[in-house]
Amino acid sequence: MSPVTLTRVETGAPAPAAAPRPSRGPAARRPLTGWLFVAPTALIVAALFLAPLGVLIYMSFTDWPLLADPTLNGLDNYRAIANDDMFLEAITFTLVYTAITTVVLFAVAFVLVAISNSYRRGTRFYRTAFFLPYVVGVAAASTMWWVDAHDQLGVFNQVLRGVGLIEAPVGFLETPGKALFTVIALVVWKFIGFQVIVLLVGLQSIPEELYEAARVDGASAWQRLRYITIPGLKPTLALLTVLSVTGSLLAFDQFYVLTHGGPDNSTVTVVLALYNKAFQSFRLGDAAAEAVVLLVALVLLNVIQLRLLRNREN
Amino acid sequence: MAHLKGEDTAMFTRVVALAGTLVLTLTACGGSDNSGTASTNPDDGTQLTMWVRSATDQFSQRLVDAYNQSHKNKVALTIIPNDNYLTKVGAAAGSRSLPDILASDVVYTPNYTKQGLFQDLTGDVKGLPYYSSIAKSHLDVASYQDKIYAVPHKLDSSVLFYNKNLFKQAGLDPEKPPKNFDEILAYARKITALGNGITGWDLAGSCGGCNVYTLFPYAWADGKEVLSADGKKVDINNDSFKAIFKLYKQTSDENLVDSSDKTQDGATWPANFLAGKVGMLALGSPIVGDLLKQTAFEWGVTPLMSPDGAKTATFTGGDVAGIAATSQHKAQAWDFLKWTLEESSQVEIIAKNGDLPGRTDLGGNKYTAADPRTKIIAEGLKNGHTPFALPFGDLFNNPNGPWLETVRAALYGPDINKALADGQAKIQAGLDAAG
Repeated sequence: MSPVTLTRVETGAPAPAAAPRPSRGPAARRPLTGWLFVAPTALIVAALFLAPLGVLIYMSFTDWPLLADPTLNGLDNYRAIANDDMFLEAITFTLVYTAITTVVLFAVAFVLVAISNSYRRGTRFYRTAFFLPYVVGVAAASTMWWVDAHDQLGVFNQVLRGVGLIEAPVGFLETPGKALFTVIALVVWKFIGFQVIVLLVGLQSIPEELYEAARVDGASAWQRLRYITIPGLKPTLALLTVLSVTGSLLAFDQFYVLTHGGPDNSTVTVVLALYNKAFQSFRLGDAAAEAVVLLVALVLLNVIQLRLLRNREN
Repeated sequence: MAHLKGEDTAMFTRVVALAGTLVLTLTACGGSDNSGTASTNPDDGTQLTMWVRSATDQFSQRLVDAYNQSHKNKVALTIIPNDNYLTKVGAAAGSRSLPDILASDVVYTPNYTKQGLFQDLTGDVKGLPYYSSIAKSHLDVASYQDKIYAVPHKLDSSVLFYNKNLFKQAGLDPEKPPKNFDEILAYARKITALGNGITGWDLAGSCGGCNVYTLFPYAWADGKEVLSADGKKVDINNDSFKAIFKLYKQTSDENLVDSSDKTQDGATWPANFLAGKVGMLALGSPIVGDLLKQTAFEWGVTPLMSPDGAKTATFTGGDVAGIAATSQHKAQAWDFLKWTLEESSQVEIIAKNGDLPGRTDLGGNKYTAADPRTKIIAEGLKNGHTPFALPFGDLFNNPNGPWLETVRAALYGPDINKALADGQAKIQAGLDAAG
């Protein structure tokens, strides 16, 4: 993983500031060859990203019906966002969901890392078990949970009843709180494996000698955590935060399949809201404007996060 | 951008220009030729494509199979999950990849005709000898600005089913279904008292469409219009709906329905009734085929009634099928649609399976008339309504729409009156916004 190499690099001696910049090699002198090498990628990016992005931006300034010709309507679609309660509520909900998910994912991951980082028997079994759900697709996993959470058919209620914890079915998707809890449980179950593996790699890349030296100097367990483990893990933590925040802000599948945004529209995420706008209401222009706003917000957020990441490393 | 060198800028410009060209090409793919190939015999071995939603899967498959066996033309049927149908059609319409024949839930049809998804069939439909007896409710929703764009594909009708075995066990007369809301509540209590996970009643607490299909008829029977004929005014804040939600809220509060009903989104709604665990269920003719196949219990049927039981009504639902605007095979596609409306197909394929014919002159056919229960359903169609509104799907079927919000607030909230007043305002605002 890249954060590991990054930590190693910074321990090396810094290059003298006055050193001449390395030559860019023959490719720099023959730009055409270079362009030929990147041409396939450039074409793919142009066809599959830039062109649709262009259509999207154009669409966001039009009233775009399904079949008839679109008509330009200036900034109307963007103005409409300010009056769209569902979209505005979706922004709040998505931010709350992102905050909770990110914190819970880290909290659970730390516990599981502690379990699977030891050298006891069964460690490999635990690591595999934690990682397995990660290879299931989000939509498939959500469908599984949709059935599992059902009052009559679902295994969750049957197990809880079997061990005598509950009398009546829980109704895992019945109230806004329970539905959010169920989705977060699904997300933790589904993504925790990745989180744990990345944290383990980060942890094991911290040189053992540092801990030995600290022990010789009489550092307590707390001090070793505070001054060796956490600083050593910083790049890994930053990477995981970026991934978790971006992923959560774009959450769609689990809500679309598991809750349909319900109950009572309490779990409508930003992407679900704009999907509804495009494919339930067929207001493609409005949906495009919302998508552009989301895109800009995500780019800004990632720039900020990457800045923070860089600062931590320096 | 500021770091770009000379040649980089040139290349960047080229990439942008290429992207721009692509955009223009994509948007310019519009005006395709809709003339169709009008050969003398439309049954000329053409490959046709047809899309239907999963609610009509077996029904449509039977028709397509029979047509393919007896014709040179071959129809390839694609069944799309109900929930994804709008999305799929919307995406296909955008990319001009619609099938030749497109079926549509009647309530979404006005949206499609307005968006120009279908070809004009006015002349063909009016030329049929049995034109006047084609289900009017379906032709109405398939018409826009005096032109007909689709014909009935499947006709269904909402009614109240009941389990005669459970009626007997609860000491009720299995030949006397409930006649009004008081009897429904009393019977539901008696049947629920049987225990063993049996419930007297059943409702779908997270399904907008289900609650249009089964609740609107109570209000229609009570003399309310609910939606005005032009689809521009809604009326749910009235005594009829207050009585309807009072009954439904009571069945929920007293646990006369299964606990999973709160999250029932329609996907598994008939399952408990078909398993013999529900006393009474308001649903529709599409489950008749399954009910006829099972032998575990005897079932009966009665029309949906006004709260006081004075009158009855039904939601005439189902699907229409039209020819997509982009199809190059209009003559062949019409050959299929016309064939589905002929007497032999309507009676020997549709009615034989317990479904309703799409023509009123065939309502008395031998299969429908043979079973008193299908007869009750077919006769109920004379009190049938099909609501019309351009944004119907968005307001009423949408799981995030205002109708489901209203239903849930009335069923599970503290105040039915406030729920209905709020819902009235929100749905009316949606209708106004659609113009």
